[in-house]
Amino acid sequence: MSSIWEYANPKKFIATTNRLLPWVTGLAVVLMAVGLVWGFFFTPDDFRQGSTVKIIYIHVPAAMMAINTWAMMLVTSLVWIVRRHHVSALAARAAAPIGAVMTVIALATGAIWGQPMWGTWWEWDPRLTSFLILFLFYLGYIALWSAIEEDDTAADLTSILCLVGSVFAILSRYAVNFWNQGLHQGSSVLRAGALMGDTEERVSNVFATPLFISMAGFVMLFIALVFLRTQTEIRARRMRALLARERMQ
Amino acid sequence: MPDLGKYADAVLSSYAVSLGLILALVVLSVARARRVRTALEEVEARVKKHG
Repeated sequence: MSSIWEYANPKKFIATTNRLLPWVTGLAVVLMAVGLVWGFFFTPDDFRQGSTVKIIYIHVPAAMMAINTWAMMLVTSLVWIVRRHHVSALAARAAAPIGAVMTVIALATGAIWGQPMWGTWWEWDPRLTSFLILFLFYLGYIALWSAIEEDDTAADLTSILCLVGSVFAILSRYAVNFWNQGLHQGSSVLRAGALMGDTEERVSNVFATPLFISMAGFVMLFIALVFLRTQTEIRARRMRALLARERMQ
Repeated sequence: MPDLGKYADAVLSSYAVSLGLILALVVLSVARARRVRTALEEVEARVKKHG
């Protein structure tokens, strides 16, 4: 029985992800295309929000990935701290720019959506503010990796930053529940009641099916990009090691 | 093209900004992957040659 820790071996990780990458990429393209085309072209307008409801097919998956990317970075950072596997630290490094882009998309589409619905581009609302802080943590995390030359030190310090930033990732997800105030609505997509048929605040099936497909597409895109970018980080690390050895001779 | 009514600008700009950012992320990731792979191959070849 093979163990997950086998993938901490860079060669094994690259070989396995090379085999999976075409499938994951293909799945990402198909799911995103189906979800977005279905949502944009073949769903009706909402009775309150009009055609702006079509923004949901990008805004919700991007916001979901903004938070979940940090969650993945938290897990891989903990693996680095506890087991010192380089691939795990490099996977966190590889994921950060993806999370940052997803956060920008969530913030930008939220502002564009908010202007006609709330009458403002921005409000210092708990969820919006915690998302902005999460974005700043992403920038800080990326900058810290770039600022430190020694890979292990960079991995140590960025892992600690990741642990601290996790507070804001959790806040971004649950800010609405904690404070129950502000303009942003509460969760209505994956609410327990919504899934069990409570129709009070539930996203209608007309919108929910393409939305779930789009969310699955964003997850696959994330996995494909993490595979590719982690391979790149592994190669870049090996190159730095070889060049350092060459300089010492 | 569906009739987006008075919110057409908001909807279309949301899609344009998002898909543009995603495309840029993919292109930059693939370009860096190729660049680093080529550079590593060169370094490995040089190291092999010089023992």
